[in-house]
This record gives sequence, C-alpha cells and structure tokens, in this order.
Amino acid sequence: MTALQHVKLGTYYVVHLPEPDDFDFWRERARALVQSDVPPDRIAWVEPGGSGDLFAHGERRMPVPPMDAKPVRANRRFVSLARNAILHSDPERFALLYRLLWRLQSSPRMMEDKADSDVRRVEELDKNVRRDSHKMHAFVRFRLVESEDEEVGEHYVAWFEPEHHILRANAGFFMRRFSNMRWSILTPRGSLHWDGETMSEGPPAERHDAPGGDPMEDLWRTYYASIFNPARLKIGAMLKEMPKKYWKNMPEASLIPELVAGAQGREAKMVEKGALEFEERPDTLAAIDKAIHACRKCPIGSLDNHAVMGEGPQDAALMIVGEQPGDQEDQIGRPFVGPAGQLLDAHLEKTGIDRRAAYVTNAVKHFKYVQRGKRRLHQNPGAKEIDTCRWWIESERAIVKPKLVLAMGASAARGMLGKTVSISKVRGSPIPLEDGSELWVTAHPSYLLRLEGSAREEQARLFDADLAAVKTRLEELA
Amino acid sequence: MAAQTILQKLEILADAAKYDASCASSGTAKKNSLGGKGIGSTEGMGICHAYAPDGRCISLLKILLTNHCVFDCHYCVNRKSSNVARARFSPQEVVDLTLAFYRRNYIEGLFLSSGIVKNSNHTMEQIVEVARILREEHDFRGYIHLKTIPEADAEIVHQAGLYADRVSINVELPTDSGLTRLAPDKDARQIEGAMGKVKSDLVEAKDARKRFRHAPRFAPAGQSTQMIVGADAATDADIVGKASRLYDNFRLRRVYYSAFSPIPDASAVLPLKRPPLIREHRLYQSDWLMRFYGYKPSDVMQATEADGNLPLDIDPKLAWALKFREAFPIDVNRASKEQLLRVPGLGVKAVGKILASRRHRALRLDDVALLTQSITKVRPFICTVDWRPVTLTDRADLRSLLAPKSEQLELFAA
Repeated sequence: MTALQHVKLGTYYVVHLPEPDDFDFWRERARALVQSDVPPDRIAWVEPGGSGDLFAHGERRMPVPPMDAKPVRANRRFVSLARNAILHSDPERFALLYRLLWRLQSSPRMMEDKADSDVRRVEELDKNVRRDSHKMHAFVRFRLVESEDEEVGEHYVAWFEPEHHILRANAGFFMRRFSNMRWSILTPRGSLHWDGETMSEGPPAERHDAPGGDPMEDLWRTYYASIFNPARLKIGAMLKEMPKKYWKNMPEASLIPELVAGAQGREAKMVEKGALEFEERPDTLAAIDKAIHACRKCPIGSLDNHAVMGEGPQDAALMIVGEQPGDQEDQIGRPFVGPAGQLLDAHLEKTGIDRRAAYVTNAVKHFKYVQRGKRRLHQNPGAKEIDTCRWWIESERAIVKPKLVLAMGASAARGMLGKTVSISKVRGSPIPLEDGSELWVTAHPSYLLRLEGSAREEQARLFDADLAAVKTRLEELA
Repeated sequence: MAAQTILQKLEILADAAKYDASCASSGTAKKNSLGGKGIGSTEGMGICHAYAPDGRCISLLKILLTNHCVFDCHYCVNRKSSNVARARFSPQEVVDLTLAFYRRNYIEGLFLSSGIVKNSNHTMEQIVEVARILREEHDFRGYIHLKTIPEADAEIVHQAGLYADRVSINVELPTDSGLTRLAPDKDARQIEGAMGKVKSDLVEAKDARKRFRHAPRFAPAGQSTQMIVGADAATDADIVGKASRLYDNFRLRRVYYSAFSPIPDASAVLPLKRPPLIREHRLYQSDWLMRFYGYKPSDVMQATEADGNLPLDIDPKLAWALKFREAFPIDVNRASKEQLLRVPGLGVKAVGKILASRRHRALRLDDVALLTQSITKVRPFICTVDWRPVTLTDRADLRSLLAPKSEQLELFAA
C-alpha cells in the first residue's frame, strides 16, 4: 500500500471547518484524505463552536496524497445530496459524508441502495434541510422600517430562526424574488442584507434587532381569520405543515387558538343563521302537513297565521301551484278558496279541467301580510322565502309525482325552477323538470282580478289558452 | 352607511372567497425580478406561506373583487337572494393589497375571482384590469390566478390568460341536472365551451412559442376547475367519470373538489347534511391514483361500493386491492413498476426506492420496511425473499385488519 508511506499509521486527523456550511472546503479536504487512504474512523471533523478540544492530540496537518493517487470518484447524486446535507445542524454530518465518499470508491453505485443505513441517513439530512429551506421561503415575515432619510427609503427586515445552516444557501431565493427592494434577514446564525444591488453578510443577530411589528399585519391577520373555514377544522393537517416552533415569528399564528376555540360555535351559527338543518324529507303528505305547521325557517312562519297544506288526490296527474295562501285560505286552512280561487275554479270549469282530480297547492305555505288596521294586506314573498319553502313543495312533488305541474305566477315558477323567470316569455310551452315531468307556467288568477276592461279580457284569454294547452297535454300524457 | 374601510372589505371579500378550494401556486413558468422594475418570482415549486386551522394552505391572496352578484346559485353564499354583507374593491385597492402582502412575504401572489356585477363582460374586464395594473404598471412577477367567467366574451378571457399564470372556470357540479337545479343561471354547455376555448388558446400559445421565442405566454400554469361534492346526488363514480372526461377533453392541470359546507344564509334546496370531509379526501386520493399511479377511471369506479361511492373507512387503493385479491401477492423482487404501484401502502417514492434497491440486493421484509411508511399495511400484499403472506389475502376480515382504527380527535392544546 503506497498510502502508508504518507500516512503515519494510527494517526488521528482533525479537520477544522472555517464555516459550518462550507461544502467546498469539506470537499477539498475529503478528497485529499481519501487519496491518502485515511479511513473514516481516523478523522474528526470540527465545525466552528464545536467541541474541538477533545481532539487536542490529533494531527492538524493534512496528509499529502501520493503522486499516483487515483482520482476520487463521486457521482452526481452524491454531490447534490452532500451539498445540501452539509447544511444540517447534525455535528455528525461531515463524518457521515466522508464515510459515504469512502465507501463509494469501492462500490460506485451504492447511492442507489436505499436500504443502506448511511444512504438513508444522508437522504434524511437532505430532506430535513430542504424542508427547512422551504419553510424559510414560506415563513419569513418582513416588517417595514421607514427611514427618515428620503434616499434610503423603505427597508424590510425579517427575524427568522432556521433549524439548520441554510441562511447563505437561500440568499439567492430572496434576492431573485425581492430584487428591487431593500431587505435584511436576521437570524441567530448570521444575517443577510440586500440593498437592491449587492448582498452582504452580517454577524448573528437577536430578536430585538428586528422591528416588533408592522401596520400591515392587522390586515394580514384579518385575511388569515377570514379565509379560514370554521366548518372544516383540521388541526392535525395544519400542525403537520406549520409546526408550533415556527409560530412565534408569524404574526398570524397568535390567532390560531381563538380561531380553533371559536370554530364549532361559528359553524353552528352559520348553520343556524341559514336555518339549513332540515331533517329527513317527510315521506307522507300527512307528515308534511304536520311539519309545515311547525316551520319557522323564514320570517313568514312567525307571523300570526296558519300553514295551508295542498289538497287533492295523492296520485294526481296534474299539480297546480299558486303563490301563497291569502287571508281567507289562512282562516279556512284550504288552498284557493278566496276570490282568486273562485276565479280559478271558473276558468278550470270553462276549459274542462276537473279541479278535484288535481293536486292544488302553494309555493309558500304561510300567508305573508302587513297589518293595516283590521285588515291583513297581502305581501309578495321574497325570493329567499320562496327558496326556503321549496323544501316543502319538492317534498309534495316527490310523493304525488304529477306528470304535469302548472305554476301560476312568478312566485310559483320560482318555487319550481329556483330562478325568477318572465311569465310572458315562458308561458305556452313545457319546461322539462328533472324527474321527467314537465312544467307549464301561466299568470296567477289574482293578476286577472287586478286588471280591468280590455286588459283583463286579453289576460283572461291568454289564461284560458294556457289552461287549454295544459288540458291537451294532459290527455297526451295519460 | 359610512364607507367601508379596506379592513372591512377584506374581511367580507376574503370570507366570501374561502369556499374555493384551490390555492396552488405551482407549476408555472420560472420567472424572477432580476433586471426588472418590480418584485416577484416563481420557481416552479409552490409555496404555502401559512396554514389555516382548516389545514388548508394559504399561498395566495384569495379574494373576490366584489361579492355582489346577479346570479342566484343555491350553493353559493354570494347569490343574489342571500342576505350576506356586501362589499366591493376597486382594482387599485386589490393591487395595493397584493403588493403590500407580497413585499412582506405573506403570499405567492393573487387569486382573484368575483361575483357578477352589471354583466359578465364588465366583471371580467375589472378582473383583467387588476392583473394588467400588477403586471404592466408594477412589473409584478409573482403568481396570478384569475377565475374566468364562462359567459364573458372570449377576447376578454384571452386577455386574462396573457396576464395570469393560471386561469380557471368552475364546472361547479358534477352533473348537468345538478347544475340546472342548483345554478339555474349557469349553463353546462357554455362552461365547457369556455374551457374548450381556453384549451385551444393554451395549445396555440405553446405552439407559437416553439416557433417564436418571444411569443407571449398564455397561462403557463394551465387551467383548473372545481366541483362541489355532496350538494347534489352525484355519486363518486359519477364524479370520477366527470373528472376524467374533463382531464381528457380540456387538458386540465387539476380538478379540485370542495366538500359542500354549510354556508350562512343557505337555500332550502340544498342537502340537509354536510358530506363527510373524508369523502373529499377519498376523491382526491382517487384523483392521485389516476394521475400518478396509472389507474384508469374504470379502475377507480371498480373500487366503489354498491351505491357508487368510494368507501369512507379505507382508501380507494386498498378498496381496489381488496376487491381484486387474485392480483396479489406481488413479488417485490420481480414485479413490474405498474404492479408495485397497485400495492396498498406503497407510494410512488417507495416504489422508486424498491426498484433502485433491488438491483443491489434481494429484498427481505425488513428491507421493505425501511423503504415504506408502514410495513403492516403492505405485508399482506407482497412477497419477499423471506416472506409470503400465505393465507392473509384470503381472510375475510382483512378489511377490518387494515382499516385505520377510528381515533378520537385530539383536543387542541394551545
């Protein structure tokens, strides 16, 4: 063995690294040591601040490799892993990398063996460092320091506590991103300063060297609190990606405990406010009848009135839907018995449609009114009220399963379609419904009641025409 | 009413945007601000600048320009007939907020969407205006994701693609009938037509760049879409089928799923219970199987149960393996990559490691254990030099053996 001429047998070498992240220095020393055939267990690697005294008796002079030493082999995978792993804070990293390099000389494809413990360890170090760098890109928070001096302008300063020696390696990322901004990143391991043109390094800093706040943080915290959806609390997922150790330097993290504590309450409030929690759909008309009397899901239900259930055969082919019960319907408790109902009956009779064979109901189950003296004046239900009440009309439709639905008026049409349509545009032709049945839309009879003279005649004619078309269609469907 | 402050507007308009699942900032062209006048960079990998307690990544400033809306979609908190507080940002206010957040390293960029005010074209123009000011006046080189409005003119949508890294159009619901029912103002054909147009713009721009180095980029991070899960009766099989058609037809980068969640002031046609969050997770898992594990949509559909939904207690890959037990055990020392990817518990990385390591040694069970997260999960489906799962794959109770034990959620300890 030629190397023996150069290496004193049993010599213990001590290598002091000038910086904890100096890969090039390590590489140069490691190369010489491998070429001099110094086995891994004869070298101590000491980083600044490391316990170098233990090796006071070691040889500090590097061996000189023989002239005919073979070049050191290391594949690209090893070099890229080593470059990253050397930034790790594990004091054993230099020795581990040297051991790998040493072993690579005799088994050049060793890096592929993922079950080897050294390979696994170096990959783990690499992964930790990459994660720490990634978290640095993510969690550094700059705070604005406005200078009195006009020329200096805005200066953004961040305080960050990386776990590994990653500061210098990540200078490029922040430079490329904030190239036209003056910024500094202060860490306990050193600091970086960019003035828009050049990067400089500074000594380790302390937290109080960085500013304590930034007015923009209120907006940021508002954003953080608002974008969070309390209906889907997943604390584990958050902690996995944003462990608590980072929280102290992130302005938004102070909100987390209260957001979490308030989440269930907020969700319950969201649901309650939307009055969304309907139970299972009732499966009989009697059950619907019972349920609508207790319904307070919109303000109409809380007025002094009674719910009015639809009526007619449970297997009716035709379902006629009006807007809502009126004053008389509310008192009697049956649909279409007031003036509008009487007009409807007259027109149905004229067309030859048997009302008793149809299921007659309303889009909204309660009477909406305003009190004027002794009279209760009808009020149109709002879109939201109609939408809320769709739950009931859909439940009725699911049981009766009509082949054809005749919606009278804009409210009834909305109750069926979920959107507001113009009656003049959609009347006269069928609109297919999801369950295969079809919807016809016409005016509400109370509309006719409000008209006079020729206008009323014209509308009555159109109304009859719609009813006649429905009759014909019903016969086709039968 | 006194004019709203920026803070009040932000509160309303961020709150209104939180039902959009996507916050990705990855996969776009590399760019940085060196040599420019402004700030910003994108380096391929997305960055999550914070995580909310709902476990979701906060990467972008995700807001609406306004939550006023002329549409009346029932699942949407901002629909016309809803009683929520309304607010409206000017384009300049959004620009200022984006830059102020970006300078402090809170975000990767902006994800801008909007309710429809006046009409679709006007709204789309306002959205594009924000992106224009950011890119042209401030030379902003961070990430921009614009939600485009299917009803707007193709020319304006095209403009959006020239400024944005990513554009997206939500298909909203997995079935056309669901859309008709819950989003009566929207039209499935129009949505798909708009996605088709974006796709052809993407293809064209890519083609132009091959020939001319300075041809303008068009949405280099592609297009994505979102579907709401659990608001209508669509089964997981329907949803997976729809997603795979969308991937094929429109070259989408991602299909996002958003479990329908109770919204304030909801409409009564919506379902009564919120779907379990785990359902959304299972759908994402199946999405992964199709994108990275070589599963075809039909494979995923085979993993569904009788009701057409994926099992909630086990992941879709395990569900598939339990249904096709005859395909196992698989010999890790001999099997092809495709076969290994079907083993429950083996991820893409683990498979890569197995393939590399087995060139160096005949793998034993202990070796596989070092390369995977959990050997217990993998063991019943593989053979190694020293292991063969004899009767395990035939056991009727295998599912219960492998299904994760239900755990009580840990209480938050602050």
